[in-house]
Amino acid sequence: MSLINYASREINCKLVYYGPGLGGKTTNLEYIYEKVSPSSKGKMISLATETERTLFFDFLPVDLGTIRGFKTRFHLYTVPGQVYYNASRKLILKGVDGVVFVADSQIERMEANVESMQNLYDNLLQHGYDLTKMPFAIQYNKRDLPNSSPLEELQENLNPGWSVEDPARQKPLTNPDRPGDFLVEQVEGGWIERAPYFEAVAMRGDGVFDTLRSISKLVLKTLG
Amino acid sequence: MSGAASWSFREDDAVRIQAILEQLLAEANARTALVVDRAGQMLATAGEQPDFDPVAFASLTAADFSANDQLARMLGEPEFGALFHQGERESLYLADVARRVILVVRFDNRTTLGLVKLRVRSVVVRLTALFTELFERRDSQPPPKVEAAFLGEAEDEIDKLFGS
Repeated sequence: MSLINYASREINCKLVYYGPGLGGKTTNLEYIYEKVSPSSKGKMISLATETERTLFFDFLPVDLGTIRGFKTRFHLYTVPGQVYYNASRKLILKGVDGVVFVADSQIERMEANVESMQNLYDNLLQHGYDLTKMPFAIQYNKRDLPNSSPLEELQENLNPGWSVEDPARQKPLTNPDRPGDFLVEQVEGGWIERAPYFEAVAMRGDGVFDTLRSISKLVLKTLG
Repeated sequence: MSGAASWSFREDDAVRIQAILEQLLAEANARTALVVDRAGQMLATAGEQPDFDPVAFASLTAADFSANDQLARMLGEPEFGALFHQGERESLYLADVARRVILVVRFDNRTTLGLVKLRVRSVVVRLTALFTELFERRDSQPPPKVEAAFLGEAEDEIDKLFGS
């Protein structure tokens, strides 16, 4: 939950990077940590195993600076992707303001992606949150690998869209990040909405900041 | 139902919490008292200013408490209401407040665990009343909004910091 602290003049928002094991969640945070100027970032904390697999979470605070008198900060978290760490994953989602799903584009990881997406939906539901009604973005990582699935296939499986019931929102919404593409559109008589999505190669930083920029703007909009 | 609701923390809330924490420090002879929410955000500090990164500290405190909550459930306990971390020179005593926030007391060998526990017990009651009122206010009022100009400026900062 975004916290507007009028006493300390701070606004804090929590973003969580979710997705299957070895998909690149930690790599996203490491790249952000490396590139953001030292004055804008806090200490990065990784609770990892000896083999550098995330055990509980990674945490990185990023400061936007002082805006209209409020020190504005994003708290970036990753969850452990491995299936058996579900209890930890659920805990990290508490109070989340925005979610980035980092999918592994490799063909053989499609099932793991789908399972993790379902798991995300279920875990959010247990906290009383609805993924289709909160800031959410998808990142298709590892686009450089020869065995990566075509984008259309990933979209079909992980971002098929949900129906838009609110008549006020039943109008085409262009995708600001992909000219010619729509995030809300009419399909077979009904209106559907998809999450913004980005292609990435997190190891070299491609798409990392595009994703972060998108989700942070979506989260801030909920405060207005 | 959507995502987590935003909430606000007012100046007068902070003043009341500060007064309670300062009284606790004086009575328990402890060094620092902090209040952290369950999502990992620092709400208040009193006493000696922490010489560690408070943002990281708050996030780890919330994670620590949440993990221990799950351990408690495995034992059939609804929760562990308090946690104690003993160091050679410095120790931490953490207590749940209304299942919403966590009170953290940092103390050294100038006091005892017994005294800290004793003083924390009554402070938890007072903080519970205060936070219950604060969250009732949140639930009965529309979520806090920032001024329109804030959003425009924040978007500019995002573009600047994260590249456009």
